Amino acid sequence: MGINRRNFFRAVGLTGAALGTGIELSASPPKGSEKEMLGILYDSTRCIGCQSCELACALANGLPEPDPEDYPVPGILRKTNETRRSVINAFETSRGEVYVKHQCMHCNQPACASACLTRAMYKTEEGPVIWRDEKCMGCRYCMVSCPFDIPKFEYNSPNPDIVKCNMCFDRVKEGELPACVADCPAEALTFGTRRELLTEARRRINADPDTYYNGIYGELEAGGTGVLYISPVPFEELGFNTSIRKGSYPELTKGFLYSVPSIFVLWPAMLLGIHNATKNNAKNDEDHES
Amino acid sequence: MNHRDYSTPPDNDGRPIGKFLVTQLRPRGRILTVFNMISVPIMTLGIALIVIRFVKGIGAVTNLSQEVPWGLWIGFDVVTGVAFAGGAYVVTFLVYILNMEKYRPIVRVTVLNGFLAYVFYAGALLLDLGKPWNVVNPIIGNSFGVSSVLFLVAWHFLLYMIAQLIEFSPAIAEWIGARKARRILSGMTLAAVIFGITLSTLHQSGLGALYLMAREKIHPLWYSEFIPILFFVSSIFAGLSMVIFEGSISQKVFFDQMNAERHRAHDGILHGLSKICTLTLLVYFFMQVVVFVHGKHWELLATRMGAWYLTEMIGFVLLPMILYFYSYRTRNITLIKIAALVTMIGVIINRLNITVIGFKWDAASHYVPSWMEIVVTLTVLFVEIWIFRWIVRRMPVLREPPAWAKEH
Repeated sequence: MGINRRNFFRAVGLTGAALGTGIELSASPPKGSEKEMLGILYDSTRCIGCQSCELACALANGLPEPDPEDYPVPGILRKTNETRRSVINAFETSRGEVYVKHQCMHCNQPACASACLTRAMYKTEEGPVIWRDEKCMGCRYCMVSCPFDIPKFEYNSPNPDIVKCNMCFDRVKEGELPACVADCPAEALTFGTRRELLTEARRRINADPDTYYNGIYGELEAGGTGVLYISPVPFEELGFNTSIRKGSYPELTKGFLYSVPSIFVLWPAMLLGIHNATKNNAKNDEDHES
Repeated sequence: MNHRDYSTPPDNDGRPIGKFLVTQLRPRGRILTVFNMISVPIMTLGIALIVIRFVKGIGAVTNLSQEVPWGLWIGFDVVTGVAFAGGAYVVTFLVYILNMEKYRPIVRVTVLNGFLAYVFYAGALLLDLGKPWNVVNPIIGNSFGVSSVLFLVAWHFLLYMIAQLIEFSPAIAEWIGARKARRILSGMTLAAVIFGITLSTLHQSGLGALYLMAREKIHPLWYSEFIPILFFVSSIFAGLSMVIFEGSISQKVFFDQMNAERHRAHDGILHGLSKICTLTLLVYFFMQVVVFVHGKHWELLATRMGAWYLTEMIGFVLLPMILYFYSYRTRNITLIKIAALVTMIGVIINRLNITVIGFKWDAASHYVPSWMEIVVTLTVLFVEIWIFRWIVRRMPVLREPPAWAKEH
């Protein structure tokens, strides 16, 4: 049974999305490790928009406490910024008001981590994408590269940090739940391995096809993400970026990066060859141009 | 050939080096020039703004936002500036690889320009970094982010600066009168040139590759998987147009540095460069057409951004190509200079279209650089020109090398 289920999911392309993209760049965890990546499943149908997750996130990460006057209202897009890593937004949809939580998606192959030239932005073996203060030089290439616009920068600090959700990596390492998951009173958030979460998401959709839109956001988007969403309505109604490509983003620079070694081998040899071939012309090329 | 006016320092044979350097630090030439009167106040203001930037953070002087993290300092200073500095690798290719002796008179000044451009654009990059003290991390090896295009670009900047310094170093040796050092350094030139051209190919295209992951953020008329190749090809005519532009100014400003022969050769050099520019612009235009057809964005041409795209392609690629071609055929030197200017404006527009104007073109609020960002950019530019002028007035850059250096 277990093996069958595993095979089934392989076929469906869950892990296939990650493996099928070819040779992995070094930003993704080492291939040998069979560790399953952790993630969070967010169920919009259960979320009541109470913002407990926002408060829990602020307390766990030493951020300023959220302003109680600032609550989700349809038509107003609240954004994450350098003082809040996770926000809840409300959307008026074809099936009434629906809430959506926004934070880092913890991509399987994160653009930010592959963009980072110091490996400050780092995809851990466990799954969370974390940011490491002592390595970062503040170039903000992660912000340019992230298709979800997640990393934020402290523009008004002389020693600015990059701020984003790290899935409470320190807590997760100790075996605890991420703060937002732990404090969700409506069980809208579920923590587990990505594989378990996809199974659970499918189970919920199949068990109640009338309530759920048939799709899991994050299953294939950006090559698969650690945070998965299910909702009562199509995701474009919830302000999701639907132009996100299905393949991973680091793949886009792969062709360029792979051409580097060949140019480094071919160019010098070619240039030296041309230099020697044209050496004798040097004397009589005064009128070379005409 | 030896001018004995204020701008031609004597060779330093046998005198103590310390004393010589002290004499060299003294200003030369007129102090109250128009350029000085404009540049000094701006540089003073710029330095004050840089202090504010380090005390209060980048947000205090720039209009950058969470959505647009790279603005004028990257899009213009670094991305556009490096394209203009491309002249150094193209001219060294012509002279040392193709052995076209005709262009030898402009090698030194072009390499010096390229070197200073890289030093100052890397300097401008430090201003843009949130934690510039960590800039050594990818270099000293505690954090190699080898999957990053920026990692490649950073290393290439560093290595190419060293290569250019080696290419230029014989002029420094001639200046301080170090004969033995000059012999050794001259022997390293070809290796440095080959290494430098290889590095340039990769990081000129690499600057474009930086934006490959910003796939949905750049307007589709400017985003394509071919950005790296387009960046590389355009750096050829961008660099050469800069050489033509800078050469025309230098010829006037540093008139006394050049001998009669050099002045005569100048027009012939510009004429030759106009041919190369015509050809590379033609290749570039053809590639842009292929990329456009490939991208299937016909419907976008009818939009505002589409009109802007057509302006760039026709007014600043096709037009300068025709100008270059026509001036080449008619040997019209003035027209060559105009073509160079139009080409340069086109390169600025192209780079800004990708990095600033077309970046998040559909966002609610647009990034427009603050006046402070512009002043800092001008400061970087002026400081570079000051250093350039200081070196040209002292070292044999435009001037003939000293007699002892001539026999190789």
